[in-house]
Amino acid sequence: MAVATKPAPAAAQDRELLISGSEAVAEALTLADIDVVTAYPIRPYDTVMQAIAKKIANGQLVAEYIVAEGEHSQFEIVKHASTVGARVFCGSSGVGWAYAMECLVVTPPLRVPMIALVGNRALDDPGAFGVEHNDALFVRDLGWLLCWIDTSQEALDTTLIAYRVAEDRRVFLPLAISADGAFLTHSQALTMVPPKEKVERFLPRYDRGDLLLHPDNPITVAPQANEDWVIEIRRQNNEAMGRAVGVIEEAYADFRRIFGRGPENPWFEEYMTADAEIILVGMGTISLPIKVAIREMRAKGKKVGLVRLRWFRPFPWEGLVKALSKAQAIGVIDRDYSFGSPFGSGVVANEIRAALYNAERRPPLLSFICGLGGREVTLEDVNKATEMCYGAATAGKSDTKTHWLGVRE
Amino acid sequence: MAALISEIVYRGIFQKNLASRIARGIVLSARKSGRWGIAFGRYGDSPQRNGIPAKDFAIVADTKEELEQNMARYEPKHVDVTVCVDDTLAKGVESWAWYGLQPINRLTVPNGTVLMTSLQSGGELLKDIHRKDAPYKLALIRAKASFSGLWVYKEDHTEVRILGALAKIAPAFLTLDGVCQAIAEMEWGSDLKVASARKAYERLETREVKITEGNPEVPYSFEMPKWWEMREGVTIPAIPIGKPKEEGKGYVPERNPYFKKFTTRTMRPVVNFDTCVKCTLCWIQCPDSCFDVMPDGTYDANMEACCGCGVCEAVCPVENCITMVNESVFEDNASQWEMWRKDKAAYQGWLTGKIGDKKATVRSHGFRFRGQYEQELEADLDIGGAEITAGIPGENAQHKTV
Repeated sequence: MAVATKPAPAAAQDRELLISGSEAVAEALTLADIDVVTAYPIRPYDTVMQAIAKKIANGQLVAEYIVAEGEHSQFEIVKHASTVGARVFCGSSGVGWAYAMECLVVTPPLRVPMIALVGNRALDDPGAFGVEHNDALFVRDLGWLLCWIDTSQEALDTTLIAYRVAEDRRVFLPLAISADGAFLTHSQALTMVPPKEKVERFLPRYDRGDLLLHPDNPITVAPQANEDWVIEIRRQNNEAMGRAVGVIEEAYADFRRIFGRGPENPWFEEYMTADAEIILVGMGTISLPIKVAIREMRAKGKKVGLVRLRWFRPFPWEGLVKALSKAQAIGVIDRDYSFGSPFGSGVVANEIRAALYNAERRPPLLSFICGLGGREVTLEDVNKATEMCYGAATAGKSDTKTHWLGVRE
Repeated sequence: MAALISEIVYRGIFQKNLASRIARGIVLSARKSGRWGIAFGRYGDSPQRNGIPAKDFAIVADTKEELEQNMARYEPKHVDVTVCVDDTLAKGVESWAWYGLQPINRLTVPNGTVLMTSLQSGGELLKDIHRKDAPYKLALIRAKASFSGLWVYKEDHTEVRILGALAKIAPAFLTLDGVCQAIAEMEWGSDLKVASARKAYERLETREVKITEGNPEVPYSFEMPKWWEMREGVTIPAIPIGKPKEEGKGYVPERNPYFKKFTTRTMRPVVNFDTCVKCTLCWIQCPDSCFDVMPDGTYDANMEACCGCGVCEAVCPVENCITMVNESVFEDNASQWEMWRKDKAAYQGWLTGKIGDKKATVRSHGFRFRGQYEQELEADLDIGGAEITAGIPGENAQHKTV
């Protein structure tokens, strides 16, 4: 059963710490007072498991820390711990996440609010450590809530929000927070860590209710069932995913009220989009070079903006249509690939194309693939993409080709 | 200049904690005067290996927006200050996941500073540091390389000495007061360390380096192929097999032309070919296959491939036949066997000199006996640390005569 960590001496103010995205997640886990954490090392996720281990070793957090013999067991163990009422955490990267796939698949139908940190990493081969988003995107169709973050502060805040959302009885779905390997997991920035009292006001205890596996509540979890039952189970999952929309909005509103920071719009960040002719779209730390490029381009009179997607599942299509359809052209920069997909585009570009299908105004949309395997997205890449978007705006039609940027050719 | 970009070049594992403390210290010191900052390591360097040249970065800026320009990057394109915490890195930097050899001053901006800990003179160091097409400054802190381990941190004050020196080099970003405040109030909380930072500030030796000064060698480099030039299926050609050294005798393997290893070395094996019994142990046990077989059956450590791990010294059954000595006194990677073949008597003299020299300069790769840490620390703190500290790599180190 859940064991409460003895509260640290009260600090009424936020503390400013120089910590990495991974360490920020560990700060949030300490504040959320998690009960069971499982670990199996793979870069870049392993920085999180190290940071939690330190928290436990230093007596700042009381939690079961179980090093599994592989990612599959790692995710299985927290799945079971969650069904008996423990607040759980785990995570992985790249092919480690892939190795856990069978467990990742069964978690949503069992309605296990597991929180995972995916330190985004290119899939093997060639065994690169750098960021690609294809690992977390494995589970995009399965009932996992998926979000992407871009700073240490957002890592900390989003982890707290994640427990609030996933453990809401209306949702009870697993949630993966994606952090770009290296750029976020390994980079230390000044981060505000809130006091425990604020977190206690924001985050209720995990209550599994009638789904709690306990002798006082005798139930069987995951009995085998045939075609008479499956589609109804899927329908339940679909409802839960739908309800997550409202729960996420509630959670962000409460977060802003209690912590005095956080975005108005949970779903995506809009940077200089109000008057933008061209809107670029991306997820994760790709926002940083894009913002710098936008400021430079605006100094030269080019009205460019950015939509940085935070939430990919549920996918905020209504809001995105509203935000994007006013542009003269849209450029989606994917840090992922989907070989053989429509237009050969990345995953995000095709989702946005689909979202725009019923829009009254459909601006030309250009698709870019950039920064794979952790290659830096440069200002030149962003400028080039923007120029092509201006070209499409002038021509008034979408380019059916997907452009790869920053490739040696 | 509204941002101060610093790199900390260090030895993997041995100085990992040192470098990260310096990087954090820079940001926290700048924070004391209201600036923003980030600290990160070069991702390709990690997971690191013993002694592999690696880099951490610390960037401080007046505003968060200025900082953003330097985020989501592996490595800055240029740095205002290159901090180098082991002077054998003056020979260049080849990270285990990097391509080609980077001169230590490669990223340093014109009129920027290379700040090193060293017991050598500027003139001696410039025999190793490659020439640069712009003038810069070489600043020296008199100290030997601070080596510890992944789980051990050696409290010899190197990190605060660097911070004190940086306050002298870049006072617009790191004031001495800010540095002292950060040291006292933030991470380390020690008055003794504050005093060490102040001393380093006062004692820093700086000299200008002209474009005509430095090692004239051009470091090796290569072009990376286009996507359509690369073989499919993530395959690469194998390295060709080697050939006999001369007249069908001996054997010299071909080696990877794109990745050498020698900048990992802080100590170098020297071989007494006169006492070698040709037992093959060094040749077999070398993890990098860096021994070439000579026509007479002895083994010559190829100095482009040797990373200085010391296994050969440890496995060699002959007393004083292979000895690890101080790398910093060498200026090239020339063959020892060729030197020996040319003039055996002169070679013996040379060998004795190199082995003798390690008394003053031997580098510690960890702690090998109870009390060594305390012993080293005392020497480092009280007299600046030039005394012998043992710590010879290899399991049989204690049986060797120093």
